[in-house]
Amino acid sequence: MRKCSLDSINKIFGKIAETNKLYLPVDGSDGVAVYTKWEEGKEWSNALNTVRSPKDFFFPQVENLMEFKTSGKNIELTDIREEAEDFVIFGVRACDVRSFDILDRVFLTDPVDSFYASRREHGVIVSVACSKPSETCFCQTFDNIDATNPLGDVTAWKTEDSVYFKANTEKGEAFMKKIESLTEECDDTAVAAEKDKIAAIMKKLPLKDLSADAFGGGKTDTFFNVPEWDELSATCLGCGTCTFVCPTCQCYDIKDFNTGNGVIRYRCWDSCMYSEFTKMAHGNNRLSQKERFRQRFMHKLVYYPENNEGIFGCVGCGRCLAKCPISMNIVKVMKKIGGKVNE
Amino acid sequence: MQKITRDQLVEKAVALLSDGTVSAVLGWSRGEFDYDITPAVFKSAEEVKENFVWNDFCGANFSKYLVAQTGKVEGKILVFLKPCDTYSFNQLLTEHRFDREKVYAVGIPCEGMADIAKVREIVGDGIVSIEDDGESLKVSTLYADAPVLVGAKDVMAERCVNCKSKKHVAFDELMGEDGEVIESARFDEVARLEAMTPDERFLFWQNELSRCIRCNACRDACPACTCEKCVFDNPDSAVENKAPANSFEEKMFHIIRAFHVAGRCTDCGECSRVCPQNIPLHLLNRKFIKDINEFYGEYQAGAEVGSRAPLVDYTTEDLEPGEVFERGDQDA
Amino acid sequence: MQVKEYKPLIVAFCCNWCSYAGADLAGNNRLNYPADVKIIRVPCSCRVNPMFILRAFQRGADGVIICGCHPGDCHYTSGNYYTRRRMAALFSMLDFLGIEKERTRVEWVSAAEGAKFAATMNEFAQTVASLGENKRLEDLRCKK
Repeated sequence: MRKCSLDSINKIFGKIAETNKLYLPVDGSDGVAVYTKWEEGKEWSNALNTVRSPKDFFFPQVENLMEFKTSGKNIELTDIREEAEDFVIFGVRACDVRSFDILDRVFLTDPVDSFYASRREHGVIVSVACSKPSETCFCQTFDNIDATNPLGDVTAWKTEDSVYFKANTEKGEAFMKKIESLTEECDDTAVAAEKDKIAAIMKKLPLKDLSADAFGGGKTDTFFNVPEWDELSATCLGCGTCTFVCPTCQCYDIKDFNTGNGVIRYRCWDSCMYSEFTKMAHGNNRLSQKERFRQRFMHKLVYYPENNEGIFGCVGCGRCLAKCPISMNIVKVMKKIGGKVNE
Repeated sequence: MQKITRDQLVEKAVALLSDGTVSAVLGWSRGEFDYDITPAVFKSAEEVKENFVWNDFCGANFSKYLVAQTGKVEGKILVFLKPCDTYSFNQLLTEHRFDREKVYAVGIPCEGMADIAKVREIVGDGIVSIEDDGESLKVSTLYADAPVLVGAKDVMAERCVNCKSKKHVAFDELMGEDGEVIESARFDEVARLEAMTPDERFLFWQNELSRCIRCNACRDACPACTCEKCVFDNPDSAVENKAPANSFEEKMFHIIRAFHVAGRCTDCGECSRVCPQNIPLHLLNRKFIKDINEFYGEYQAGAEVGSRAPLVDYTTEDLEPGEVFERGDQDA
Repeated sequence: MQVKEYKPLIVAFCCNWCSYAGADLAGNNRLNYPADVKIIRVPCSCRVNPMFILRAFQRGADGVIICGCHPGDCHYTSGNYYTRRRMAALFSMLDFLGIEKERTRVEWVSAAEGAKFAATMNEFAQTVASLGENKRLEDLRCKK
């Protein structure tokens, strides 16, 4: 374990930025934290988390895949892929670190998504423990997320005056090597105290008792036709806010853009809440907002665990709780539907 | 800080449900916390008694829901309308978007809604409860030893600070007292931007719009956006695009969105309220409203049913598009 | 290396009944106007959706001009009156977003005004040329 004083953290950022692009949460002009490329003058935000999740780094909202031109019966393809270079994401919270594992299970299983894989390989994740969780946090509901001790290549703890670092992987070791001269060896007393402090707060969170036990693989028949879906989805606007702020939503669409002198094929995030999401040659098989709404929550709570050894497709980051225009969210769904089945 | 109480509204809803006047109630439903309130369709008096809530966070405008709900519900549906909601209500009636006969509208006074983001700015994160003690909100957080008192005025949503009217322009029944149309300062921010140089304005909007994640919440929450099929959702339109691929796409979406509701927008402010990225989208709408007022005379969409929106109307004496700027130059 | 002279690309939406015929007359009378003015014929100037204008800019236009019958002379009685209001609102909005107001224009050109058509295009092309390339409403994907 190594530490540095909080005042000198910018020196560490400067050191990393010498060789790699470094991204970290910085308060924007509207006071909301956004992952921003670090440069001199940018300050690490004190906010708990960013509105947009860091999934952008591995799975950007828009990504060009290739270009092509047609003339007569000929088609000319151009590979426009840019080689990814090593980069560091600093200040990722435990929930978001976990979200990468969930994305990995989608993008890194056969057939491997080489765009995603390349970025994942080049990214170094420095996580940071949550000193001040929000009332919307419910990561405790899910396994393998520890806000006191997040995973990632390097784990950091931020206290009143210092930042502590611990490497978890080879990439993490290399990162530590780079900042070695700016940090000093220390024991883990301070970190243990910080962990206790966080753990005590976690026990006070309003959503601490939320349980996902009622859900999981094989529960499709239990939940698919419950009447509560009508009520829950009655006022859903059908916007894509929940899916776009979600760190684990991974649906995308592939589209062509005609530039006038060729075509760019790109992919972009799609949302199961959108009316055209399931439109295909034969028509659309989810015609009502209720069906679309149900899909999103069934996917997180039933279908995903069914295909992934019981792991849920939600990490409890609370972004949808904070941002849904009508404040409908996975917690309300779990309580309404899961609670009913338990009774 | 609301003058009317939850109990009064519950009583009204229960009475109307019980005597069969209405068969459903469109109202605000309790959330996990005191501020995360979800619009809901209540079907029984029990549901209303249990979950209906009315406090400073009941900002959602129900008018648009009537388009879908009047088609779904047998009999009449009760809707509670704040003054600003009644303008949207009238505008939708003007556009024949729902059957007036199927709605029982109860006008309720509103003292302005709170913005949870502003509350957070003052008290910080970890809000576990918010109590209303009349003039201020008593906010308890995980991190403060004692509840923090914040003035209701200090956390009022921007759209309520610049409230344009406390007058109900549509209702079957009015609870409490009706208010007046207010001379608000709502165009001040637009005027401030107009006074900037084009370069400054460009940078301002580039910065604001670059945050757009194209979730379409502004469009989906907008009571004026009720097309059966939006051009941006239509794969055959050639502009269907789910992603803000670059700064052009961002601008196009927001210009077209605002233009499409120009003259019909009642300035209810839902677009800015729902934006997850805090983009001041209402300023685009207000720019159109301000321009329309200046070019074609004062017009308030939704003030009365059946009025003709300025952009689907004309006179032979209208100013020329080029003169728009000459006017501006004279002002400057 | 020889520097290519900058010539603005201009899209002109011309109504079928007046302005397009005016453009025709300009041609018949051998009046010069820049070859970089691309005319798109529309049934009436009010057919021009704001989206058309934005998409013209997206596809590389540096200026967009809408030409229709003189007010009062619309083939459909009132189409150009609507155009007048819509474009006034739209142009003002573009200006509000900081996009150069000189890049957009509405002109009324009748079928008899071949000379006015040519003069308008020459003058507009010059104005746009002095502004340089459209940067504020560009789509880099279309500029390759």
